[in-house]
Amino acid sequence: MSQNTDNVIDHFNLFRSPEYVEMFENKKKNFENPETVEKVEEIREWTKTWEYREKNFARDSLTVNPAKACQPLGAVFAAVGFESTLPFVHGSQGCVAYYRSHFSRHFKEPSSCVSSSMTEDAAVFGGLNNMIDGLANAYNMYKPKMIAVSTTCMAEVIGDDLNAFIKSSKEKGSVPVEFDVPFAHTPAFVGSHITGYDNTLKGIIEHFWDGKAGTVPAEVRAPNGSINFIGGFDGYTVGNMREIKRIFGLMGIDYTILADNSDVWDTPADGEFRMYDGGTTLEQARLALNAKATISMQEYCTEKTMKFIETKEHDVANFNHPVGVAATDKFLMEVARLTGKTVPAELEKERGRLVDAIADSSAHIHGKKFAIYGDPDMCMGLAGFLMELGAEPVHVLATNGSKDWAVKMQALFDSSPFGKNCHAYAGKDLWHMRSLLFTEPVDFLIGNTYGKYLERDTGTPLIRIGFPIFDRHHHHRYPVWGYQGAMNVLVWILDKIFDEMDKNTIVPAKTDYSYDIIR
Amino acid sequence: MASLRQIAFYGKGGIGKSTTSQNTLAALADLGQKIMIVGCDPKADSTRLILHAKAQDTILSLAAEAGSVEDLELEDVLKVGYKDIKCVESGGPEPGVGCAGRGVITSINFLEENGAYEDIDYVSYDVLGDVVCGGFAMPIRENKAQEIYIVMSGEMMAMYAANNISKGILKYANSGGVRLGGLVCNERQTDKELELAEALAKKLGTTLIHFVPRDNVVQHAELRRMTVLEYAPESKQADEYRQLATKIHANQGKGIIPTPITMDELEAMLMEHGIMKPVDESIVGKTAAELAAEAAAVA
Repeated sequence: MSQNTDNVIDHFNLFRSPEYVEMFENKKKNFENPETVEKVEEIREWTKTWEYREKNFARDSLTVNPAKACQPLGAVFAAVGFESTLPFVHGSQGCVAYYRSHFSRHFKEPSSCVSSSMTEDAAVFGGLNNMIDGLANAYNMYKPKMIAVSTTCMAEVIGDDLNAFIKSSKEKGSVPVEFDVPFAHTPAFVGSHITGYDNTLKGIIEHFWDGKAGTVPAEVRAPNGSINFIGGFDGYTVGNMREIKRIFGLMGIDYTILADNSDVWDTPADGEFRMYDGGTTLEQARLALNAKATISMQEYCTEKTMKFIETKEHDVANFNHPVGVAATDKFLMEVARLTGKTVPAELEKERGRLVDAIADSSAHIHGKKFAIYGDPDMCMGLAGFLMELGAEPVHVLATNGSKDWAVKMQALFDSSPFGKNCHAYAGKDLWHMRSLLFTEPVDFLIGNTYGKYLERDTGTPLIRIGFPIFDRHHHHRYPVWGYQGAMNVLVWILDKIFDEMDKNTIVPAKTDYSYDIIR
Repeated sequence: MASLRQIAFYGKGGIGKSTTSQNTLAALADLGQKIMIVGCDPKADSTRLILHAKAQDTILSLAAEAGSVEDLELEDVLKVGYKDIKCVESGGPEPGVGCAGRGVITSINFLEENGAYEDIDYVSYDVLGDVVCGGFAMPIRENKAQEIYIVMSGEMMAMYAANNISKGILKYANSGGVRLGGLVCNERQTDKELELAEALAKKLGTTLIHFVPRDNVVQHAELRRMTVLEYAPESKQADEYRQLATKIHANQGKGIIPTPITMDELEAMLMEHGIMKPVDESIVGKTAAELAAEAAAVA
């Protein structure tokens, strides 16, 4: 049966029609040299055993499904957090297509970013001409107020020097001499997207504070009472940044968000295309030097940035993606201490509401076992919250987590009786997680969209929290920070718990004695 | 950090770069300077004379073993040799594979991030051969080496390489702070060597900072994996290196932006000094038979 225009069959059903089923069977039989069904099942069962797990964890020269992306992705994330800033990736076009599509699929928004289109001749002769032409084109076509340059693997392997290239480009008149072109070397084969975020944010503030690569005198710090807030690489940036602004507004704090990308990834559909929207203004970025303190919400996203900021005599406070009552308490009290402000009654009320909600649902979460994977800071924040709820974060895995992170995770487990049988896995991938889920099963898995393959393989229900989330819409609009953010996380977890409960009791006259209206 | 002096030695392969640099740096250490040598040559022999052994634990070999350079500690790669000179070898891939240039970038980034540059007066980079790719230019990027010293001799190819390195410096000098500190001639006893070296220095807009005479004591010291400064401190040769060290020390901030010349100009210079005969353009590309035929026609 071929398609006809009067009745177009969509892909859900089309490929289940007999001729397609037969065609797939023949293809397999005739061209794929298949093993017997029994053999495939036998191997499948074997991969669920402890024996296989041990072999899997002894693996040293292969990574399968790493839960991380590459540095320039983080570079683009940080760059678009500044007013009218065009991220410019020095490298080939394909890399940039990946960053753009990755963000667009998650935020459901266009993501503007350009490349210097390096090709084979640039690989041989160096990418200087690509930088000169690229900066000129980007500046003239897209009218940015700033161009933030980062690099891909290719430019890094051949050793292109951004500082020298940007200066040469300015001499050749690509952009005006005084035009801001901060830069960071972000080799994609080192670290992960959180490293790229760190390098780029540091590159941008260093540019503004330390004399724009030697072209103007360095800023002189004149301390004031404001604070800087850095969110880190965060899939919930749209919701989180707005929540942080609301909280700081309630507290009456004078603040600057460094890299605020909440508006550019949530532009309204009102007939006007906004290539740039919102963001930290360049003036704010410059003046941020004068703040009395800088807060990083994600320590492992800002290691170099915070080290640099410390040299400017800022008070610094590092958090690990705080989620939940105790973590938010700690965050707010630190903000209050640094600014001398008090926590207003509204926030105390929100806290009370969150505690009330947790108490209402406690019976359903208490004692449940979870596996979590994601970026190191988010893993810590969510594990802390789960333990606060009386749940056990049994497996916590971060491909881009360091040894230092694993030690800190262990300290977190040790701080609660619910952390007793929990383990942190630094540098492991999702194929390791698969073994963990088979050999030491848990009730729920928390992770990004890629976790749906683990859900299918192992039957562990997936709660989608993290980055990227491609197959569910609009969660990035909701905060996960603050008391209201924790409420969202609580609800997402509870929704999945109740969905599973319903699925488990849905068969009429068999299991539906518990298919209850009230949970 | 402000007073940290960073220099680099470049030059054609086999010219005696590592020998010259190690002897000179040993002399600088004798003057009380705290020194770190960063060897940027996959052969990893830039610190052999200081350490009395070829450094086995290069940054890149250890990183390859550990799986990632992030898993390394500074203590693993930083060795201390003669007069407390700190020695690091970048190392690199076997000939014919991988990318040695990227290795140099990786190594220098590692050293910077792990605080290797703290509490020292001098950093010296020893860089192999020509500046063949961006990676080997890493030591001359801004905020790295301030002055480059090119080790050369009176041989044509050594001068050719020196000219090429000057081109590399020129590329970075306009946008950054790197300067050519001078030429160091390592005597090969070729014809009119001193004269030629001085002439090339003049063409490049710099000076021949020192002419290091040939002396077998260098060889004797090398066989014992030592610098002359350590093996025979009273020797005349040790004095030569002391002079070079003193000159380099006094040369701070006196580097220049080089004016490299073309291959034709280089050949012209050699002809001027009678090293090369002028080429009769009418015979270029003609076979013996053709020339014989021409000669017959004229007769």
